[in-house]
Amino acid sequence: MAFKTEHFMLNVGPQHPSTHGVFRMRFTLDGEVIVDLEPIFGYLHRGIEKLAEDRTYTQNIPFTDRLDYLASMTSNQAYCMAVEKLAGITVPERAEYIRVIMSELQRIASHLAGIGFFLQDLGAFMTPLLYMFREREKIVDLFDMVCGQRLNYNYLRFGGLSQDIPPEFIPALKKLVNALPGFIDEYDRLISENEVFLVRTKGVGILSREMAISSAAAGPVLRGSDVNWDIRKSNPYSVYDRFEFDIPVAKTGDSFDRYWVRLQEMRQSVRIIEQAIEQLPEGDVQAKVSRLLKPPAGDAYVSIEGPKGEIGFYLVSDGSVKPYRWRVRPPCFINLTTLRDIIIGWKVADAMVIFGSIDIVLGEVDR
Amino acid sequence: MTAALSAPDLAARLEKEFPGAIVESNADSLVVDSVKLPDIASFLKNTPELDFDYLTNLTAVDYKEHFELVYHLLSISRNHSLTLKTRCYDRENPTVPSLVALWNAADLQEREVYDLFGIVFSGHPNMKRIFLWEGFPGYPLRKDFGDGV
Amino acid sequence: MTMPLIGSDALSYAEALPPDWPGSFWAHIFFWVILLILFITVIVLLFTWLERRWLGRLQIRPGPNRAGPFGLLQPIADVFKLLLKEDIVPDKADKWVHWLAPVVALAPALLVFAVIPFQDGALLADLNIGILFILAVSSMVVIGVFMAGWGSSNKYSLLGAMRTIAQEISYEIPLVLSIVGVIIISGTLSLNEMVKAQQDVAFIFVQPLGFIIYITAALAEVARTPFDLIEADSELVAGFHTEYSGMKFALFFLVEYAETLAVAAIATTLFLGGWQGPFLPPWMWFIIKLFAVFMFIIWVRGTLPRLRIDQVMGFAWKFLLPLALINVVITGVEVLAWPDAPLLALGIINLVVAAVLVLLMSKLFKLGGGRVPV
Repeated sequence: MAFKTEHFMLNVGPQHPSTHGVFRMRFTLDGEVIVDLEPIFGYLHRGIEKLAEDRTYTQNIPFTDRLDYLASMTSNQAYCMAVEKLAGITVPERAEYIRVIMSELQRIASHLAGIGFFLQDLGAFMTPLLYMFREREKIVDLFDMVCGQRLNYNYLRFGGLSQDIPPEFIPALKKLVNALPGFIDEYDRLISENEVFLVRTKGVGILSREMAISSAAAGPVLRGSDVNWDIRKSNPYSVYDRFEFDIPVAKTGDSFDRYWVRLQEMRQSVRIIEQAIEQLPEGDVQAKVSRLLKPPAGDAYVSIEGPKGEIGFYLVSDGSVKPYRWRVRPPCFINLTTLRDIIIGWKVADAMVIFGSIDIVLGEVDR
Repeated sequence: MTAALSAPDLAARLEKEFPGAIVESNADSLVVDSVKLPDIASFLKNTPELDFDYLTNLTAVDYKEHFELVYHLLSISRNHSLTLKTRCYDRENPTVPSLVALWNAADLQEREVYDLFGIVFSGHPNMKRIFLWEGFPGYPLRKDFGDGV
Repeated sequence: MTMPLIGSDALSYAEALPPDWPGSFWAHIFFWVILLILFITVIVLLFTWLERRWLGRLQIRPGPNRAGPFGLLQPIADVFKLLLKEDIVPDKADKWVHWLAPVVALAPALLVFAVIPFQDGALLADLNIGILFILAVSSMVVIGVFMAGWGSSNKYSLLGAMRTIAQEISYEIPLVLSIVGVIIISGTLSLNEMVKAQQDVAFIFVQPLGFIIYITAALAEVARTPFDLIEADSELVAGFHTEYSGMKFALFFLVEYAETLAVAAIATTLFLGGWQGPFLPPWMWFIIKLFAVFMFIIWVRGTLPRLRIDQVMGFAWKFLLPLALINVVITGVEVLAWPDAPLLALGIINLVVAAVLVLLMSKLFKLGGGRVPV
């Protein structure tokens, strides 16, 4: 007698421990093997792009905080750079350096949270997450010091920053930067050679190089798939051309590689911050910009390398105080394009691992 | 440094391949006829010295009398970029050919544009709303959304 | 007076009771049942507290520290919270199965303690087949868990329950085989006799490989990390008890910890010398060892990620089972060839064998599985 089996549907989310917010996936399962997957978006859609059309350029900076709320600084920076390009504003050098320091700190903080949650999805009960948050806490304290906020920083302004860094910032930063390589080594030692971690992530969810490029995957997802592409190198914005750093690239494109790229990127970020502290010039941190900015009519697209990937802003101005069109290029959302292709054929447990290795923040996916 | 390709130069070359397809070309963007869009996109992607293998960003803008679709193309191997635009004048049933077959990245982004602008991408395998639910009245990112309320 | 309840030596063990013991057989049973239930409840409460404090320490955070000194009253507060919570039964659930499942799961988990000796002769029933009784009874918990998964009419529960069946039945085999080594050496099935056989050397030194296999298989039996797929929170929300709330959930919680307690108690009895130990009273040694094993289990939980279901199964059948079989054969040969060998000598031989085997197997062992073409 032959067994008669049938596929069944399993709904994961929007309320589920490992969907990183309110993402929903509808699996069709054959036993535990996923034969089909439909990602369902929109549970956190707040219509930010529409709302932004009704506010002035400056009023829109807080919206960028609320996109990827684990990486507000880089969203701030991308938006400010887009407006600066549109309005032709030049940023004082000191402000550029501080921006670089902030976005590299943000990259480390975001990767720490990303790796922590990734391991949480793997079933490592909270320990790695809390260890990661130990360092993230220190970075968040530094952000608190410069802008009084711990999550939605709203620190950057067109043509500079909302305020200069306080005098106690640099010593605290130096202390952290000196300690960070040790911590990163500790994570490397604890995680990267853990047998269970390796069998769960090596070869799981392989995203091929062609697929990664065709799907416009960005950030660690792209670099995990053997594509040497980092906007900080390929199109150096701000003052990134003055620093020495490497782009970690991994070969296979599996979940482990995406994790590995993140870990190595943290080391490079530390290097950049070290150099930035040394080169940090004195001077103003804010260019003279009209309070009620009216950029000339036209459009501009600027993208920078955020922690999750290429975060870009496409702005259209009609010469008024409000943007005519305010579009975000959301790396988290676009990285999910391949989700279906790389998850199919794996088991439910692997789906969470693969999903976690992409490292998304729903605030940016749904906007 | 990512070099933005000069649109007029490229326009001259494309005009030879696809006569009448180029609507407009200014310093930083190239506007093409939406009917010829897939052919031009395919040419841009498959010509070795252009090699636009990476569709960075896809979006639309509602200019009231027409929709403008904006494609930010990038070549990873050659590190140059191009802004490709096309226009759609029909407000009732706006339809533009889909580019999913060329760049997988267009998949979710075209669905997003459909959801928020109501522009249908013909040839897209799964043209459904993405953020809003089926049956949501109107298309929010259109400039006339909410006018009649 | 005494009546032969189980086995033929009921009389003899009634005689073995301490002289000041309440004489009647039924008084003995009554006393022990009450004591065991109290003991299990109290220890489980302490376990939940210890687990959270100790995990907190592993995870650089304080853990619960508000209710009472060191947060010791936290478990009591939790019990009250669970008792007061509404009991929700899903609409489409199989009401009877859903209701019965926690009870079915709890009974065998408690039964195990009937044969565990707290000190010499201090146990509910010194069965001459004690260890077989434990193995038989403890596998019945699976039925309750599967009833919970089936009766909830929830797909997460069902997946969790299916994983339970697969996993627990697979790990039963290496678990039993790892104990066979101890049985061969001690020459008895009675747990009390086994503890007495460890007078000089605890069996962990005589059967190192057996202990490793036992503790690994036991972790899988009670669904503890890295084998906690049954209630894998990042995949199946809460596995088989997703749809349980209030008191029924509390019962499952109790089952889970009682099972862990049972596993710790068996490990203590079979491998760590049970109640044997200097200076302190025997029952205190027993409890200390119990807590040591439990803290080891939590330590593993705080350290390792979870395996995937096919990897878990592969590990049982391809890694633990051959090792357990080899261990049984080697132990048997040793006992036959050198009947009155000092235990320590056997221990040294076994330690070397264990080290070689584990290293060799980890080189040879490859986990298969991966992407399934669909």
